[in-house]
Amino acid sequence: MTYIRPAFHHPDLPLNEIGFTRKEYEGALSTLCAGCGHDSISAGIIQACYDLNIQPHHVAKLSGIGCSSKTPAYFLGNSHGFNSVHGRMPSVATGAYLANRDMIYFGVSGDGDTASIGMGQFVHAIRRNLNMVYIVMNNGCYGLTKGQDSATADEGSKSKSGSVNPFQAIDLASLALELGATYVAQSFSGDKRQLIPLIKAAVAHKGFAFINVISPCVTFNNNVGSTKSYDYVREHIEATGTVDFVPIMSEIKTDYNEGDHQQVTMHDGSILNLNKLDHSWDPLDRISAANAMLRSREADEILTGLIYVNAEQENLHEILGTSKKPLNKMTEKELLPSNDQLQKINAGLR
Amino acid sequence: MVKINDFVLRFANVNGTGSASANSLFAKAIFRMGIPMAPKNIFPSNIQGLPTWYEVRVSEKGYMGRREGIDLMVCVNPQSMLQDVKSVKTGGFFMYDSTKPIHHEYLRDDINYLGIPLMAMCSDNYTDPRQRQLFKNIIYVGALAQLLHIEFGVIEQLLKEQFAGKEKLIAPNLKAINLGMEYAAQNFVQDLGFRCERRNLIGDKILVTGNSSCGLGAVYAGATVCAWYPITPSTSVAEAFEEYAEELRVDEATGENNFAIVQAEDELAAIGMVIGANWNGARAFTATSGPGVSLMQEFLGLAYFAEVPAVLVDVQRTGPSTGMPTRTQQSDIFISAYASHGDTKQVCLFPSTPKECFEMTADAFDLAEVLQTPVILLTDLDLGMNDHISEPYEWKEDRKFKRGKVLTADQLDSMEKFGRYLDVDGDGIPYRTYPGTHPNKGAFFTRGTSRDEYATYTEDGNIYKLNMDRLTTKWNTAKEMVPAPEFYQKQNQSSMGLIFFGTSNHSSEEAMDLFEQNGLMFDALRIKAFPFAPSISDFISSHDKIFVIEQNRDAQMRSLLILELEVNPSKLVPILNYDGMPITADHIIKHVTPHLAAVHN
Repeated sequence: MTYIRPAFHHPDLPLNEIGFTRKEYEGALSTLCAGCGHDSISAGIIQACYDLNIQPHHVAKLSGIGCSSKTPAYFLGNSHGFNSVHGRMPSVATGAYLANRDMIYFGVSGDGDTASIGMGQFVHAIRRNLNMVYIVMNNGCYGLTKGQDSATADEGSKSKSGSVNPFQAIDLASLALELGATYVAQSFSGDKRQLIPLIKAAVAHKGFAFINVISPCVTFNNNVGSTKSYDYVREHIEATGTVDFVPIMSEIKTDYNEGDHQQVTMHDGSILNLNKLDHSWDPLDRISAANAMLRSREADEILTGLIYVNAEQENLHEILGTSKKPLNKMTEKELLPSNDQLQKINAGLR
Repeated sequence: MVKINDFVLRFANVNGTGSASANSLFAKAIFRMGIPMAPKNIFPSNIQGLPTWYEVRVSEKGYMGRREGIDLMVCVNPQSMLQDVKSVKTGGFFMYDSTKPIHHEYLRDDINYLGIPLMAMCSDNYTDPRQRQLFKNIIYVGALAQLLHIEFGVIEQLLKEQFAGKEKLIAPNLKAINLGMEYAAQNFVQDLGFRCERRNLIGDKILVTGNSSCGLGAVYAGATVCAWYPITPSTSVAEAFEEYAEELRVDEATGENNFAIVQAEDELAAIGMVIGANWNGARAFTATSGPGVSLMQEFLGLAYFAEVPAVLVDVQRTGPSTGMPTRTQQSDIFISAYASHGDTKQVCLFPSTPKECFEMTADAFDLAEVLQTPVILLTDLDLGMNDHISEPYEWKEDRKFKRGKVLTADQLDSMEKFGRYLDVDGDGIPYRTYPGTHPNKGAFFTRGTSRDEYATYTEDGNIYKLNMDRLTTKWNTAKEMVPAPEFYQKQNQSSMGLIFFGTSNHSSEEAMDLFEQNGLMFDALRIKAFPFAPSISDFISSHDKIFVIEQNRDAQMRSLLILELEVNPSKLVPILNYDGMPITADHIIKHVTPHLAAVHN
């Protein structure tokens, strides 16, 4: 490695309310290309966790394979991470979540990892309403194998080598909405102001929180003609408003113009303040959200912000009726039936 | 002379006509009379309409393998009648529905016919169309009870147990039994040349399937997460786990489940969930069959290399591909032992009986966590889905879960630096931490890519090699931990040996017994686990010729022995059965005998 990060910590680094510096939420030095959108998203996760005063060890971060899936090594170094196999992060996350319902799960995936090889698992994780944050770092190409089109590459988008993608794109946010994801957001890696509150609200959401983040690939898909380049995204982005996340127990200080904002109370009591610029749909209404997504696609716009939220749907553990105490904390005391019970079973088989 | 408790009876039915419960009533009655018997369900991959057979071998000597040659065929399926007539051995009996006259092509001179007008009797005695169908089955059970001296009181008791809570069904069932008994008493010779007689040969043994035992084993093992995808013949493992968990694992105070079961979208997801849950410190397992094991290969490689425990119950069926989904085989040995690409070796266990299914499922969780690796329990359709007479389940009262080398927050605080893949103890087994253990110690990044002893990504070939060599050390450690083979003699007494495993045990033991009656002695060893214990090597080197008995075409276990133990291949003679039916002693004797002549010459 050509970079060495200094071990020196400035003694006056600010601490969050539970006494951690922002540095303690960082991970190893990124080995992605300079300027990669993914690094901005990692920075957003770091900031969100720092701001939310999350104990780093209460987080598990999981990923599949690809550039995006490398990023869990670059944030939250004090959290356990699991870089699994290509397209299969959702199942590993499901198992992890079944084992311990009390942790915060970040699933990080890419457009190849989710929209192609992992589509089946993505779909079923939504169906089960896992309590997790699922972030797709979407750059429209396979970066780690040098720039092939992915299934989210827009029809007509030109690759670096000049070839034009003839296939329709899979729109992951619309798909998530259609499948019943209980939190759907879309953002741009270059828009920290919007992304960080969206991540925070996703953490507070007690179900499947999906964030599709357009994250340009500076090396293979940032050329003129690409619809996932920095320039294109900046020109076509349609910010739907700003989002403020007010954690539980915090005082709401922000003032909003009457009629421009909407409050969503999350399950844990925290508040999501939506300062709406676009009044054409209601993020609490799935049908209107789906219509807004379709309309924006027709208009070649990228709708960003909180698209939809439903804080009421039961998550997987609630559906299964699992013990409040995490299963991985149980011992022989809770798990081992007695020998008498075994003798009764024997007797019933004679 | 009348043969007591020594015959094979086969029922030929149409799938989905309620014959299964009548046939198992017959089998269980014999079991309750203290007589050893082994039932086999031979069923199609179909829900309704295709032929299905149920075979019961009754054996005073306790031979619990299949036997060729049917003494009595009960045929209530016109579809398969020609085939069924042919399968009766000379001098045997053919029971059929004589409401309509039997076609002349079904008549053989060398067998005896027992015609019962089942359809007519049902029409005369029952009005409900469903009952008319169902009670045909019960009437023939009654006729058999008469002819084979099965005690009426035993049948009555079984029906009472079966219909506890639905008592009004008992009388019409008993009526059907009586109708059958009376008809047989009045119309047939009363001496078939074979019959049952009460014995006390069962003791405290139980009658149960291997799949049910695996499900219960997982409950006692402390499994909390089960992720599975439906596939014959493994589905009933997950179902049994669910049934027992609902009985034994629901918190009395809160009504909450101390378990979680997820029917996955496919086998890839099922094993992925198992790995995720185990990584996060819960005991998790899946059950599948060959096609599922094929799909799970990539994940099994990840679990091997990243050292995550996982338990997989593979109820083998006849492959390759979809093969014969409802027939038995032992043909997933290669795909299990070396599951996944790259250099991998996976721990495998081979149970032979329901009791071993129970115990080895529990052992599998201990081994998986102690060794931090997947453990594959290889059972098969015969063991999994058929009832077997088995020793009762046992659980040592003080047995604790062996969770392996897992560091607590206190241990992390008292150590200098945690290295996830550091071989501290020299046994190749490193220490692990569960997510969420300590605020700023013990976290690491689990990955399928190469990494150093501190779990940091590396492409340094020397460090990669060091890690692979440590995995070999761990593999050698495993050899001492897995269940030891079973020997059938105190000390070697022959230059010839038999090696077998899984459900070949009964027929192999029977063949050994029959050989011994002819003065031919064999030493025998039953493999219970892979990696092979050193005693298996010793057994092979101390015999001149060894017959390796298995139920697949390619002699997979024999090949594995040759590969792993560097045995001279000419020393190991394959004895193979792969027609989808459980192996028989006749088959073993037939294929071993020619080699004996060669030895003697």
